[in-house]
Amino acid sequence: MDFTTQLLIAAISAGTPLLLATLGGILNERAGIIQLGAEGLMLMGAVTTCIVYIRSGNLLLALLATVAVTALLGLLHSFLCVTLRANQTMSGLAMTLFGSGLSAYLGKPISGIPLPGTSPKLHLAWLENVPVIGRIFGNMDYLTWFSLLLVLVLHLLIHRTSWGLHLRAVGDSPATADVMGIRVQLIRYSYVIIGAALIGLAGADMVLAYAPTWNEGLTAGRGWIAVGLVIFARWNPLRALFCAYFFGALDSLGFRIQLLGSAVPPYFLKMIPYLVTILVLMYLGYRNRNKPSGTPEALGVPYIREQRF
Amino acid sequence: MSPDNGRNAAAAVLEPITSGSGKRFSLRLEYDSSRTRSPWWTPIVSIILALLLCALFIGVNGMNPVLVYEKMFRGAFGTTYGLTETMVKAIPLLLCGLGIAVAYRISVWNIGAEGQLTVGVMAATAVTIYFPNLSSFWSLSLMLLFSIAAGALWGLLTAIPRTHFGVNELITSLMLNYVALLALDYVVFGPWKDPKGFNFPGSPMFTAAQSLPVLGSTRLHIGLLFGLIAVVIYYLMIRFTKWGYELRLIGANPVAARYAGIHIKRHIIIVMLISGGLAGIAGMAEVSGVTHKLMQGISPGYGYTAIIVAWLAKLNPLGLIVTSILFGGLIVGGYSVQTIGLPSSISEMLQGSILFFLIAGDMIYRFRIRRSGVQLKGGR
Repeated sequence: MDFTTQLLIAAISAGTPLLLATLGGILNERAGIIQLGAEGLMLMGAVTTCIVYIRSGNLLLALLATVAVTALLGLLHSFLCVTLRANQTMSGLAMTLFGSGLSAYLGKPISGIPLPGTSPKLHLAWLENVPVIGRIFGNMDYLTWFSLLLVLVLHLLIHRTSWGLHLRAVGDSPATADVMGIRVQLIRYSYVIIGAALIGLAGADMVLAYAPTWNEGLTAGRGWIAVGLVIFARWNPLRALFCAYFFGALDSLGFRIQLLGSAVPPYFLKMIPYLVTILVLMYLGYRNRNKPSGTPEALGVPYIREQRF
Repeated sequence: MSPDNGRNAAAAVLEPITSGSGKRFSLRLEYDSSRTRSPWWTPIVSIILALLLCALFIGVNGMNPVLVYEKMFRGAFGTTYGLTETMVKAIPLLLCGLGIAVAYRISVWNIGAEGQLTVGVMAATAVTIYFPNLSSFWSLSLMLLFSIAAGALWGLLTAIPRTHFGVNELITSLMLNYVALLALDYVVFGPWKDPKGFNFPGSPMFTAAQSLPVLGSTRLHIGLLFGLIAVVIYYLMIRFTKWGYELRLIGANPVAARYAGIHIKRHIIIVMLISGGLAGIAGMAEVSGVTHKLMQGISPGYGYTAIIVAWLAKLNPLGLIVTSILFGGLIVGGYSVQTIGLPSSISEMLQGSILFFLIAGDMIYRFRIRRSGVQLKGGR
């Protein structure tokens, strides 16, 4: 395998959790609720997957538990932000702090124990013989395929269906949506919960496909990178795909440069994704300084029916 | 019941009671926007509720939560050693919390105190490495100066993208935390590694001249004074200067402040410089007062805990002293339960849930239950 193919495979593998988390974030923010708890949700997703998988040996059960736990946390976030109209920034921060503390607490007994298996792969024999594509797509696991399918589904959902129209209306102008008879609070609740569950699955994917054992704080800021990716992708699932794989590539590029025997200390290579996040956001901010950024207009603003703004 | 009552969460009808004549009464949850200040007791209630919630997790794990909490409390406040250790942990929390509070006053969500503290630690260590033979006074002064400058620079790296490129400071400041921690890893494993350190990552031990004086035989160091002086200055600045007045104005109503001709961008930059500088001092105090050498994991998440410290104190300077001691105790208590086989992350869990209950409580307070006849005549 040549360097490019290897890098592509690594980019997809490292990019899938980012993609899932970004898609979750997009759903949250399209509904107008900021989700800064992605890091905590990913950690909770990862630790739930590890605990249930190790204890029961059943992958499906582990994934279901992960969805249930993180959906519950999403419910908490939406209760705080939608019903109580709490500060969405603080609620997200609380989610991250609580998630990292609780996951460390729950994960202590299983720390370092390898999982019984990784994410099962879908072998496509007919595809495997095609030169480059076969190597990349012939041997991907189910979660990766799920994330690709999800990109397509969410793209169609958001831009081509009336449900998506409702979602966008709620995120852009909840008052108008309310007048049109759209149930603003219900939609916000549903998408925040679904989004949180997707971010939880991102955590599951990190341990299943990437590092098959639990370590405290194993996400290392990828939840936050996903928060940034939501902005790069301009709240668009298709763009999220490319952005997530780009960052997946950056993530594994450092590791690969190290393997090639570079003189640059590995610590600097590990800084690349974080620094690039800041630089890309700065570039986007500069380029879009005079035009609308694509942000849902009511993002972060709680909707109160009887209150005028 | 009118058809939209069920979906109207803003004024949820809890219990519609129909009286005989067709006039209906109900209990309504109403949002009272005049209640902007939350009462003093929400932090206390939040702490109690968080303790109860975490007791549940501890209980599920098969431990007696009462015993665990008692152990934590004794470990943190029960002995002279515990008490001084709590104060030692409170110093960086107070300094970082103060910096965070300054920024939060004008809704600049700095979560980069961890990174700003880390570069402060590195700057202070740089002085000991490159100027090893200075007198105690010059060495400590230079360390303080360097750490403030480094922390402020790290704060500036967050402020500039926000003011000139419209980048959310939450993401920038957090990304810079990881960068700072990686830089720390680089120096302790690389150029600053102690050649006589048996290959352990870490800088050489500081000399007595490079260490902050301590109180008697305890580990409580003079950094406590830095914290207290900073609190006093913060209070006076906010209360009595034009700058403080402008900060309060921006915090209360940013739109009005802009129309009043206040330069908000400049304030964001100043506030981030102060925020970073204070975290830098915390780093200097920690390395030259407590650990006496640069090493990995020098901060057990002080920068993140300080966020809750600041929020719990409602950005109030006196409240900050109380909450930072409390959270110092929580960290020390977290260590002390390790002896009975519980992970110290129990204290992080408590911190996160305290914050949850606090933000919920502050908002619940703004709702009032009102009994009213449902005779809606449109409008408010």
